[in-house]
Amino acid sequence: MNNLNKRNKAEKRFKLYGISAVIIAITFLFVLLFNIFSSGASAFKASYIGVKIEIPSAMNIDEINSRKEFKRQVLKMFPEVETRSDKRALLSLFSKGAIYEFEDLLEQSDSNGLDGYYWFLAHGDLDMYIKGTVERRGNEAGRINSKRMTFVDALREQNLIQLQANKYLLSSADSREPEMAGIRGAIVGSLYAILIAFIVSFPLGVLSALYMEKLASRNKFSDIIETNINNLAAVPSIVFGLLGLAIFLNFFSLPRSAPLVGGLTLAVMTLPTIVIASRSAIKSVPPSIEEASIGLGASKIQTLMNFTLPLAMPGIMTGTIIGIARALGETAPLLMIGMVAFVVDVPGTPLDPSTALPVQIFLWADSPERAFVERTSAAIMVLLLFLVLLNLAAIYIRNKLERKW
Amino acid sequence: MSEKLKISIKNLNVFYAEKQALFDINLNIMEREVTSLIGPSGCGKSTLLKCLNRMNDLIDICTMDGQVMIDGANINTPDQDPVLLRSKVGMVFQKPNPFPKSIYDNVAYGPRLHGMAQSKDELDSMVIKSLTRAGLYDEVKNRLFEAGTGLSGGQQQRLCIARALAVNPEIILMDEPCSALDPIATAKIEELIEELKRKYTIVIVTHSMQQAARVSDRTAYMHMGELIESGFTKNIFSNPQHQKTQDYITGRIG
Repeated sequence: MNNLNKRNKAEKRFKLYGISAVIIAITFLFVLLFNIFSSGASAFKASYIGVKIEIPSAMNIDEINSRKEFKRQVLKMFPEVETRSDKRALLSLFSKGAIYEFEDLLEQSDSNGLDGYYWFLAHGDLDMYIKGTVERRGNEAGRINSKRMTFVDALREQNLIQLQANKYLLSSADSREPEMAGIRGAIVGSLYAILIAFIVSFPLGVLSALYMEKLASRNKFSDIIETNINNLAAVPSIVFGLLGLAIFLNFFSLPRSAPLVGGLTLAVMTLPTIVIASRSAIKSVPPSIEEASIGLGASKIQTLMNFTLPLAMPGIMTGTIIGIARALGETAPLLMIGMVAFVVDVPGTPLDPSTALPVQIFLWADSPERAFVERTSAAIMVLLLFLVLLNLAAIYIRNKLERKW
Repeated sequence: MSEKLKISIKNLNVFYAEKQALFDINLNIMEREVTSLIGPSGCGKSTLLKCLNRMNDLIDICTMDGQVMIDGANINTPDQDPVLLRSKVGMVFQKPNPFPKSIYDNVAYGPRLHGMAQSKDELDSMVIKSLTRAGLYDEVKNRLFEAGTGLSGGQQQRLCIARALAVNPEIILMDEPCSALDPIATAKIEELIEELKRKYTIVIVTHSMQQAARVSDRTAYMHMGELIESGFTKNIFSNPQHQKTQDYITGRIG
């Protein structure tokens, strides 16, 4: 009786340890997520300044010097400004991107003239003050000195500074100006890279797993290969980066910084994961099914193609997608092959220089410019979103393929 | 009983790596009869059965020497195409192992594999014929395109028999076909075996001596990899010549 009590108590205690372990792990996860979301959410909005634009329809847009015209339109709102330094202070509240936005606006107007308030991207310094990232002390806030602040206050009084959806974050590549920097280049680079990694590593991995599991005879040689593949899965990823540098760049002279090379390097890194997952999936196909097929006169290859491979496919796909998801989050090997460059264009083909999402996060996190902090978190949010999507795809494919049988 | 020799096994030895599993087996199997192989666990019954359609080839470490003559031709040579052999010698396994496909596709797999049907209609009639022969057609005719794995154990085993029949074999090997089934399903399979022996030569491995007595014309008793005694079933059970056979069928060993 006493003994039973003791055992029951021990059981309860053990359960409690388990629950607390789970709670601690979940707490860490939520703290992390909360941290990222709270600092990254603001990056999806940007400050815009409203400017009253008046251009008569008679004016020929081709003859307009957009830079001068934009300045004229802005200064028109503050006729009392006279000195050059004051003018410069006012214009410095706008981003360099505002000129391009103005040009686009002119083009769209189709010589019909413009009249009304239009919104132009504000400078990163102002954006940070509006979002409250830098606090106001007296008449200054970070890099907004008192001269700039008078204009800020005047504009805010007329409600001409607003937070609107950030058009740049998801549609442009990296930029020196934080307010114009986006992750589209990195997303496209990452997608090219993992697409190439998948195309290369999936058939190679599945074929080697099939060969080793079903066709190769067991001997010392196959044992050595098996051990090596298992060890390969544990090799630090930066070593694969060195491999990519030595083979793809130095030996095959493929273009530096290209998603093609990144994808090939990630393929080599993902290969052992796929081989191991595929082998265990192939191993778990019931031998009775294969025997039945052989017993009906099917050859070994026919049996593999008709039963072993389709039955192992859910496991193989799950392993592959998990491997690819790991590749998507990988930074180190990409640093070695030059995908760490500052690239302002969205890559058009896998041969164009590009960066990748995790590398972009690394670059921005490394930047001394404070406005990049929220963009770093936003990029992490997008990366996490892609990882979640990949995992959902893995679950979907697994369920779908299993239901078919 | 036709008394025509179908399979003749001569001096067959089988090794798993170093270990010898079968010792110098000599056995004749007659056409259109049921021959049962009985004996205690691990005596080599299943190994012997698998020599008849070279399923042992799948095991890397398995080697065999000696002759297995089917219709007078030795199948135990490197020249023999095991794929061709297995379309002539069908097999039913211990545990029902239908493919994870529809009932129709299960039966149609063999004919499709060997390109036996020229048209969809021909394939349909092959499937129906095989299912009818296996005594399953009436039970499944309304759900031919549902999963074969959804059937009951006994139905699954009959589906496996239908699948084996669909490639038109001459010999059917059965490796303890009823050991995973309940008595009613077992009775159905035994009835089926009675039916099938009119057309096919059947070799059945069984653990149940009653089953051997019920279904088989001849019986071979094996012990520790050796063939102890073989002959007409009624003689083996009523008047065994060998002490070991006597001990086994009276339940003293095994």
